[in-house]
Amino acid sequence: MTPLLSAHGVTVRYGSLAALDGVDLRIDHGQRHALIGPNGAGKSTLLDVLGGATPAGGGRVCLAGRDVTRLGPAARARRGIGRIHQRPAVFSTLTATQNVVVAALPHALRPGRWRPGARRSAAERTAGAWLERVGLDDLGGIPAGQLAHGQRRQLEIAMALAGRPRLLLLDEPAAGLSAVEVGRLVEFLRALPRAVAVLLVEHRLDLVYALCDQVTVLRDGRTVATGTPAEIRASDRVRQAYAEGVS
Amino acid sequence: MRDEAVRALRRGVAVLVLAGLLLAPWAVDDYTVALLARTLALGLVGVSVALLTGVAGLPTLGQTAPYAAGAYASAVVGSRLSDVGVVHLAVAAAAGAALAAATVPLVVAARGVIVLMITLAVGELAVTVVGRWRSVTGGTDGLAGVPPVRPLWGLPVLATDRARYLYALVVVAVLVGAVLLILRTRVGLLLRAGRDDEARLRASGHRVAAHVAAAHVAAGAVAGAAGSLLVVAQQFVSPADFGFDTSALLLLGVVVGGVASVGGALVGTAVVIAARDWLFGVLPGHAPLVLGVAFVVTVYLLPGDAHRPPGVRGRLLPGRPPRPADPAAERPSPTGARA
Amino acid sequence: MAVDIRIDPYLVPALDGVAYGLLVFVAAAGLVLCFGVAGILNLAHGTLYAIGGYTAAALMDGGWPSLLLALAVGVVAATAAGALVAGLLTRVAARSHLTQALLTFGLALVGGSLLVAAFGPDDPPVRVPAALDGSVAVAGHRYAAYRLVFIVVAAVLAGLLHLAVRRTRAGMLVRAAVDDAEMVAVLGVNPAWIRVGVLAVAGALAGAAGVLGAPIIGPGPDTADGVLLLSLVVVVLGGLGSMTGTLLAALAVGQIQTLGVALAPSAAPFLLFAAMAAVLAVRARGLATARRAS
Repeated sequence: MTPLLSAHGVTVRYGSLAALDGVDLRIDHGQRHALIGPNGAGKSTLLDVLGGATPAGGGRVCLAGRDVTRLGPAARARRGIGRIHQRPAVFSTLTATQNVVVAALPHALRPGRWRPGARRSAAERTAGAWLERVGLDDLGGIPAGQLAHGQRRQLEIAMALAGRPRLLLLDEPAAGLSAVEVGRLVEFLRALPRAVAVLLVEHRLDLVYALCDQVTVLRDGRTVATGTPAEIRASDRVRQAYAEGVS
Repeated sequence: MRDEAVRALRRGVAVLVLAGLLLAPWAVDDYTVALLARTLALGLVGVSVALLTGVAGLPTLGQTAPYAAGAYASAVVGSRLSDVGVVHLAVAAAAGAALAAATVPLVVAARGVIVLMITLAVGELAVTVVGRWRSVTGGTDGLAGVPPVRPLWGLPVLATDRARYLYALVVVAVLVGAVLLILRTRVGLLLRAGRDDEARLRASGHRVAAHVAAAHVAAGAVAGAAGSLLVVAQQFVSPADFGFDTSALLLLGVVVGGVASVGGALVGTAVVIAARDWLFGVLPGHAPLVLGVAFVVTVYLLPGDAHRPPGVRGRLLPGRPPRPADPAAERPSPTGARA
Repeated sequence: MAVDIRIDPYLVPALDGVAYGLLVFVAAAGLVLCFGVAGILNLAHGTLYAIGGYTAAALMDGGWPSLLLALAVGVVAATAAGALVAGLLTRVAARSHLTQALLTFGLALVGGSLLVAAFGPDDPPVRVPAALDGSVAVAGHRYAAYRLVFIVVAAVLAGLLHLAVRRTRAGMLVRAAVDDAEMVAVLGVNPAWIRVGVLAVAGALAGAAGVLGAPIIGPGPDTADGVLLLSLVVVVLGGLGSMTGTLLAALAVGQIQTLGVALAPSAAPFLLFAAMAAVLAVRARGLATARRAS
C-alpha cells in the first residue's frame, strides 16, 4: 500500500554543515510515528522540510504518492499536512475563535455555490467545535496573546486540526507543559481519529513509547534505526547513538 | 497610565476634528475650506498608509506614488476627456492600483524594516519619474487649469470651494466607511493574522503573497482616489505636492492618529496639517524648522507603543523573539547580502 | 567650469558617470554603515551631505588652503551632526524603525531649514581651486580637471574604506554586525556608543563627500532630498550591507544618470526607476525560488 508520506534522500546543508544527510522516512496512513534522537540530530529540520518551511537541498518528499518536494508550506497545508511548532504559533491579536476560523478557512472554501455568509458561519461553527474538543471553548473570545503557554499549545492543535490534516507534524508538543497538561495531551493524541497520521518529535521517551507504533532514530542528520518501540528499546545501535550524543 | 491618557486624548481630539470637518463649510472662510479639502485628500492617503502599516503589518513610506499617479491621471482625464467626478475617482483609483501592482514584486519579498527603505526609494523615484514626464504630466510645472468637476452625470458643476469641500467630504466618508466595513470581514481577519504570524498563516494553507499583493493594490487604489480629490480641491497638480515633505507629513499624521487605526489616520493627518498651516501663518518662513521640531517633540511625547505598529511582518519585530521553528521561511538576515 | 567636449559623445558622459558614481558611493557608504551595523534608517543622511556642500560654498575661495579648510570644517560639522542624531535617537525607543524614520525625517526638516535660513533659498556657487578650474587633455579628449582629480581622490577613499572594513578590528566588528545585527549586543558593546560611532562615521563620510563633491552635486535646498534618494536607491540595489555591492550599485547609478541620459534622453526619467525595478524584481524572484513558494 502506498505510504501516506515518504521521504527519500532528504539533504539540507548550511554551508559545509549537513543538517540532514540523505534521510529516508516512511509514514503510513493513520500511523503514529515518532522521531527521536540526541540534540542536533536534525529532527526539527526534518519536520521543517516535511512541512515545506525549509527547502530540501536534495532528495524527494512524496505525499500519498504525489511529489510535493517543490511545494511551499501553504500548498502542503492545503494537501493535508498540519504543523505544530515548538513555540506555539498563534495569531496573538486575534481571539481564540478567530484563530481557529482563520485556520479553517481554506477548507471551508469548497467549490460550489458561493454564499459568503453561509461559508463564514460554517467556519465559525467548525472553530467552536474544535475549541470545545481541546477544552478551550470558554476562552473563545480572549485574544490569543493573553493565553497561557499550555492554552496556546491547545489552540495551535485546534488550528492544525481545523485544517483537516492527513498528517500532523508535532514538534515537541509536551515542552513547557505541566504534568496534568501532558496527561491531557496524551489522552487527546490517543483519541485522534485514525484518519490522521502523526509524526511526533519528542525528547520524552515515555510519551513516545505510550503513543507511537513506529519510531525512527536520527543522529547527526542520518537515520540510525527505525522500528517498533520495542525494537528500538532493545537496539544496541540506538543506545550507542544516545550515549555518544547529548540527550 | 500614559497609554490611557493618550488614548483618551485621541478619542477627544477625534470627536472634535470630525465635528469640525462637518461644520467647516459654514464656519470658516473659502480659503480655509479649500485648505480643508486638500487636508481631506491627504487624510485619505493617510488611511491607505494605516491600512498597510497598521492593519496588514506592511510598513510603507511610499504611498505618495499612487497618490501622485491618481492625481495626474485625474488631471489628465479632467483636462481632456470627462468632467464627471465619479469617472475621475475610478480612473484615479485604477491608476493608483496599477502603480501599486507594478511595485508589489519589488516589495513582496522583503519584510520588516528594509521595506521602509525600498518603499521610500520606489515611491520617491516614481514621483521623480512623474515629474520629468513632460509630455504627459507637464514636468515640474505640473498641470494647471483643470476644469471643475460635476459629481455625477446630470448634476451641476462644483463651482464653489464649499461645494468642492462637501464633495471631498462625502467621498472620504464613503471610502473610509467601505474600508472599515471590509476590515470587519474575513479580509481584515486574514490581514491581521498575517501581521501577527505570517509563517503560521502559511502553515494553515493560505496564500499569503496574494494577500500582501491585494493589500498593496487596495491601498494604492485608495491613495489614487485621494489624488483625484486633491485635483478637485486645487484644480492643478505639480510634483511639489508629492515630495519628501509630503511623505514626512503622512508619517507624522499616521503616527499621531495611532498607526493601526484607519479612522485615526484621517484625524491625525488633519491635525498635523492644521498645525502646519497654523504654524505657517504664525511664523512665516520658519515653518519647516518648527515642523521638524514638532516631529522630534512628537516622538518624545508619545509613549513607546504609540508609534510602534502592533506588528511588523518578519524578524525585525521590535521586542519579539525570532521564531526558531521557521528559520528559512523568513529572509535569511535583516541586512541581506554578505560583504 | 570649462568642459571642452570633442568628437566622442559618450566618453565624457561615461567619465562623468564614474565621478558621479564614486561620489554617490562615498555619500551612500555612510547610510549602508548605519543600517548594516546599527539597524538605523537615517533619513537625515542627505542633510549631512548638504552640510558638507554648504561648507564648501562658504569657505572655498579658489585657493588650496581654503579647500583643505573646507574639508576639515565640513567633515567635523557633519560628524558632529551625525553624533547629534545618534544622541537624539538614544533617548527614544530606538528599536522601532517607524520612530527612527519619524525622528530623522524631522531632523532633516530642521537641518534643511536652518541651512536655507543661513545661506538663502538659492544654490550657492562653489569656487574650485584655480589650478583645477579648467580642462585637461585625456587621450585626445578634453575633460574637466576637477572631476578627474576627484575620481582619483574618491577611488583612494573607496580603497581606504575597503581596507578599513577588511583589515581593522573595527572593520571586523562592522562585518560581523552586518551579518548578524543581534551579535553586536551579545558582544557586550554598549549599543549607544555603537550608534554614536556609526552615525559619526557616516557623518564624516557624507560631509567629506559633500565638500569634495560640491562641484558635481552642489549644495542647495533640494540637495539633501536628492542625495538621500540616490543613497537609498544605491543601498537597496547594492544588497543592504555589502560594501562591494554598494560600490557596484553606485557606479551603475552614476552611469545611468550620465551615460544613460546621453544615450537615450527621451527615456531618461525612467532609466533609474526601471533599473531599480529590474534588480528588485530579479532578487525577489530569486528569493521566491529559494523558498519555493506555493
